[in-house]
Amino acid sequence: MKKILSLKELSERNTGLTSGHRACSGCAFPSIIKMVVASSDYPVVISNATGCLEVVSTIYPYSAWNVPWIHVAFENAAAVISGVESAYKVLRRKGLIPEDEKINFIVFGGDGGTYDIGLQALSGAIERGHNFLYVLYDNQAYMNTGVQRSSATPFGANTTTSPPGKKMSGKMQHRKDIIEIIASHEIPYVAQASPSHFGDLIRKVRRAFEIEGPKFIAVLSPCVPGWGYNESETVELALLAVETCFWPLYEIDHGVYKVNYKPKEKLPVKEWLLKQERFSHLKNREDLIEEIQKRVDEEWERLLRLDGQKIF
Amino acid sequence: MKTETKKIVAKTGNEAAAYAMKQINPDVVAAYPITPSTEIIQIFSKYVADGEVDTEFIPVESEHSAISVCIGASASGARVMTATSSQGLALMHEILYIASSLRLPIVMIVGNRALSGPINIHCDHSDTMGSRDSGWIQIYCENANEVYHTIINAVKISEKVNLPCMVTMDGFIVTHGMENVLLLEDEEVREFLGKREPLYSILDVKNPITVGPLALYDYYMEHKRSQLEAILKSKKIIDEVFEEYNRKFELNIPSFIEEYFLDDAEIAVIAMSSAAGTLKEAVDLLREKGERVGILKLKITRPFPYEILRKKLENVKVAGVMDRAETFSTMGGPVSIEVKAALYPAIKKPVIQSFMFGLGGREFSLDDAFKVFDILKKIKKENKIEEEFIYIGLRE
Ligand SMILES: Cc1ncc(C[n+]2csc(CCOP(=O)(O)OP(=O)(O)O)c2C)c(N)n1
Repeated sequence: MKKILSLKELSERNTGLTSGHRACSGCAFPSIIKMVVASSDYPVVISNATGCLEVVSTIYPYSAWNVPWIHVAFENAAAVISGVESAYKVLRRKGLIPEDEKINFIVFGGDGGTYDIGLQALSGAIERGHNFLYVLYDNQAYMNTGVQRSSATPFGANTTTSPPGKKMSGKMQHRKDIIEIIASHEIPYVAQASPSHFGDLIRKVRRAFEIEGPKFIAVLSPCVPGWGYNESETVELALLAVETCFWPLYEIDHGVYKVNYKPKEKLPVKEWLLKQERFSHLKNREDLIEEIQKRVDEEWERLLRLDGQKIF
Repeated sequence: MKTETKKIVAKTGNEAAAYAMKQINPDVVAAYPITPSTEIIQIFSKYVADGEVDTEFIPVESEHSAISVCIGASASGARVMTATSSQGLALMHEILYIASSLRLPIVMIVGNRALSGPINIHCDHSDTMGSRDSGWIQIYCENANEVYHTIINAVKISEKVNLPCMVTMDGFIVTHGMENVLLLEDEEVREFLGKREPLYSILDVKNPITVGPLALYDYYMEHKRSQLEAILKSKKIIDEVFEEYNRKFELNIPSFIEEYFLDDAEIAVIAMSSAAGTLKEAVDLLREKGERVGILKLKITRPFPYEILRKKLENVKVAGVMDRAETFSTMGGPVSIEVKAALYPAIKKPVIQSFMFGLGGREFSLDDAFKVFDILKKIKKENKIEEEFIYIGLRE
């Protein structure tokens, strides 16, 4: 296992994304991207799905990227990296790229481009075994087009396509379990991480880069306008998501489950929910908050049960 | 090199296409099966399995991903090919525009097939006509031999102008029909093509670039104009590449158009693909009777060779345009509408009659070809067009 890098060490490396991008202040993904890119010991090539990240970092004629970066469309970032990685393989075999030039291939996709429209391409790329790391920045809605629900949007959340009304209280379905979906491809490495626990995030990224084949890491990415909170509280919200076990930190390394962080005292999910505008209509809906809590508890218990077990 | 020493073999269009791919030995091939072009990729994957090519073959989970893989690989500097038909091409539609705007050479072989609905697996041109404005070069081939040679040329053209290129053939009629194909040697093909010299590569990690950014109203239009510049430039390059090929291998593979007794023709039919073959047969028989009829086979529709059409049709009195795809414009098919637009500014031009035929694989017989000429003769005699467009071979 390679040495875990400190933030100071990371800050001295190329972070890929330079200043000058136009992400909202308080947006979580710039730090996530920088930690991921700087964690690579080799040059990286990035494929990016359509979404906030692509839009804020590449308004022509400017670019905030100082590493090779390609965007093609919303739903095909994993297919694009399949092509890039395959070209790399064959060009190296044919002697057109030096044998010792190692590159880490990375995809960045939002939840819409990953759970929904891009799921097919992602599933295909994983099944074919391409060598790349897919990093999902999960802000739990289609933020780029104005906060519409995605299948990552939590139960009860107010989005512009799941608004609370007389009959409904926000999104009335629970989130898709993307980690389980990806894990069932028997992918060598899949993990869930949070920018609040950056040591864990960096370790996971570096672990992923050690492995040949497809890897997937879901990172929670709090969103100021989408979730509705003060822009100085991004990391706090990510932290609360972990401390309430709404967003547990865990990984499945070659089939073995591991819960990476167990809060000393599991906080009620309500504390995380009611810090956000998108759940404010649930203030007097104890029944719905209870339903969310029940779901969080069941999932947490399931993870603890699986901790240490080999599932494939 | 003398043509007599070359190998003539019997191959279907699909086999000829796959064989050309083998000789080209592309770096990356990504594809998803669809009738009637499935065989191309089946045959090619056997070449891969037998180690006859050193291609990275990516059997993807959809056509949308096939073209996306091609883009990723082409942006990495690789020589890239794929094949599809109909619904597959329609599923790629979104990404076709991106491939051309990123100026990426990709050669796609299309076995033309009708679009649903109703679902139909047979030939018409609604698939490729649906993507004609996507910025790809489009080449329509008449027979298996033309398919084989045109694919090789397309690779060179595509890489020289940095634009993607579709090479199409009629589903079943050409994809599955067995014909004579005159083959080159592997080394001849490889020597003719040489190595790809990419405009850029995202694998060049020392010189990082951003590919596919967001460009709003302040730049999008300039991007489109510069893309048009490439298409304009391609006209010359297309001719040059075919000329070099024909000279080198003593062949006569047409580039934009092929003339058939057009010189002194008073009546001409403008047709594409395999239908041109049937019409040539009709011309042979009509010429025996002394009738001044001819064919202008339109082989490339993007870029549209309007200058050539204006010149070649100057002295023709009546021309028919054959379309194998509906537009529902109520003015006829896409080719006839474009031919009319191309000729409108000309001082001397024929009267034009639009024909629709062969949709969803409806047979186009020699009798049908005669019917087309009969109608054109009547128009010439009576000097008037009665119907905006005429369906040939329709069950009534
Ligand atoms: C085929 C297609 N459908 C819809 C869109 C419009 N669109 C662009 S980005 C986006 C949402 C992106 O959401 P997500 O992937 O969650 O990323 P985020 O912007 O939240 O970071 C949508 C719907 C599109 N670009 N392409």
